[in-house]
Amino acid sequence: MSTDRARVDVDPSVTTLQATPRITTLTKDALQTIRDHGAESFPYECCGALIEVDGVVVEAFRMENTTLGGAARRFRIGPDGYRLADKRARERGGALVGFYHSHPNEPARPSTYDLEHAWPNLTYVIISVRAGTPADITVWHLRDDRSGFDEGELKWPIGS
Amino acid sequence: MAHRVLIPTPLRPYTGQKDAVEVDGGTVGEALASLTTNYKDLRKHLYADDGKLRHFVNIYVNDDDIRYLERDATKLKDGDVISIVPSVAGGAPGPALGEAQSAESKGTELNKAEFERYSRHLILPEVALEGQKKLKAGSVLCIGAGGLGSPAALYLAAAGVGRIGIVDFDAVDASNLQRQILHSTPDVGRPKLQSAKDRLEALNPEIKIETFEARLTSANALELFRGYDVILDGTDNFATRYLVNDACVLLGIPNAYGSIFRFEGQASVFATKDGPCYRCLYPEPPPPGLVPSCAEGGVLGVLPGVIGTIQATESIKLILGAGSTLVGRLLLYDAWGMRFRELKLRRDPACPVCGDHPTIKQLIDYEEFCGVKPAPAGSATVPETTVEELKARIDAKAPIFILDVREPHEYQVARIAGSTLIPLGQLDSRYGELPPASAGREIIVHCKSGVRSAKAVNLLKEHGIEAKNLKGGILAWIDKIDPSQPKY
Repeated sequence: MSTDRARVDVDPSVTTLQATPRITTLTKDALQTIRDHGAESFPYECCGALIEVDGVVVEAFRMENTTLGGAARRFRIGPDGYRLADKRARERGGALVGFYHSHPNEPARPSTYDLEHAWPNLTYVIISVRAGTPADITVWHLRDDRSGFDEGELKWPIGS
Repeated sequence: MAHRVLIPTPLRPYTGQKDAVEVDGGTVGEALASLTTNYKDLRKHLYADDGKLRHFVNIYVNDDDIRYLERDATKLKDGDVISIVPSVAGGAPGPALGEAQSAESKGTELNKAEFERYSRHLILPEVALEGQKKLKAGSVLCIGAGGLGSPAALYLAAAGVGRIGIVDFDAVDASNLQRQILHSTPDVGRPKLQSAKDRLEALNPEIKIETFEARLTSANALELFRGYDVILDGTDNFATRYLVNDACVLLGIPNAYGSIFRFEGQASVFATKDGPCYRCLYPEPPPPGLVPSCAEGGVLGVLPGVIGTIQATESIKLILGAGSTLVGRLLLYDAWGMRFRELKLRRDPACPVCGDHPTIKQLIDYEEFCGVKPAPAGSATVPETTVEELKARIDAKAPIFILDVREPHEYQVARIAGSTLIPLGQLDSRYGELPPASAGREIIVHCKSGVRSAKAVNLLKEHGIEAKNLKGGILAWIDKIDPSQPKY
């Protein structure tokens, strides 16, 4: 997996690669959903919830982007959406562990806007979509003191 | 009083993984203070540095968002459950819509003349230099330079809003001067945009006035609105009002709304983040013709002065990002009884444009939506006659019966000689006063401009009485046949 190291408009102190990154494991299906959703929504941002069962994100649950700030650069999942995602996770016998969104024509790195709006203890997956084609995909966790994000590591099973 | 607070997953590490905790307090504010005292690590995630709740933190009491209750002051009853529900937001780097302008305010400076001009703002701590710079960097687009747009644009210009756009396509008419205070007697006949621009530039040469001589349509609205901080809706018809609302929601630009009718006005702020929109309040337009326009129903001249000024007040607070705006509230004003009332509004999750699953994602045909599209050729229309034909038949002493369906006070201003007055509202019970078909007199119905009389023709038809509508009403009669009578 190549990682886009360009840092466009992001304060370098905002993101750090940890020596021992937290690992997030996705099923191939979940990964494919995120890639497809990002491509279909281009040039707008897509968003959705990450549902984990037994330590593996088994579903990327597509959600409506309800931003009022222009979906080309913003996404929003409102309180009703959050509750819907939480319900979905419980129905699957799992947990809502985080969210994914796309960055159309921008690197897969958190923006300062992402930082200002982030929740702790959630997994944030970002996919870069360039000219409609899914590119890099990364995962991030907000630091407890809200000073920035730590980059995690994404894994998915080979084959299956 | 003890209450339960439900804790969402991301915050549970700070409550010892508990999904619900007990707190004390008589109001939401007190309960949250109790919560963050007991669980100190929650504070920085719930509150921003300025002590306000982070705006992606939603607090519910039972099923109600406290933004639509009394916010922090919302009183708690025994057994109320408080829920903390996250909104999740983020996005690509760079400013989204509306943020670009406010960022510019950092580079905005005032000149010496502006320091003098805005002195009374500068000494208000709530506005001060920082606020005045925001106003200078701010922009408002006024839809219409009429009754509402006039006072609104004057106060926005006086307040120093740096860029004011106006969309209008009309010329000044003498009947406008009773309320449209941007225009003066010598302006009659000039395009409204010209007299508006002259007046506003004379009031404040430090600001930029942009004029757009166009009818607002689905084809041009998004392009016109883009780049403005606030849209001020001063329109006089439902089709344009829904168009303004939807365009504001789609672009994420707040809509400072106002409307007036006879002695009553209303105002609110729509299409803000998380706030309701016009469609949440009125999902469907009224049937065409039910609510008369100002031209049909009349309006107290000073009424738009009050409502337009409220719209300007809301626009200024939106630009300043301060004060309490009318988001989530509909202000009703009755000029005749001199009373203000307030209704609570909330965003409708099922709203087709701003709801959770919107079905309207681009602008639609609003005339069709409001049922005011001209009837397609070949469809049933009411039989009509023209003022010239009517005059010829009167002169020829042809057997006709002229029915006036206006109100008595309108009849006093101008009338067609020999006509009989039965107001539209009474016609259903008084149609027996019309001559029987056996009399051989053709019935010609008129009102002020032809809208009410068309309804009257249809109503008579239901009673088996044939009649013709006078096209253009008495206004056309005065224009073409009898200019000695006053128009109103």
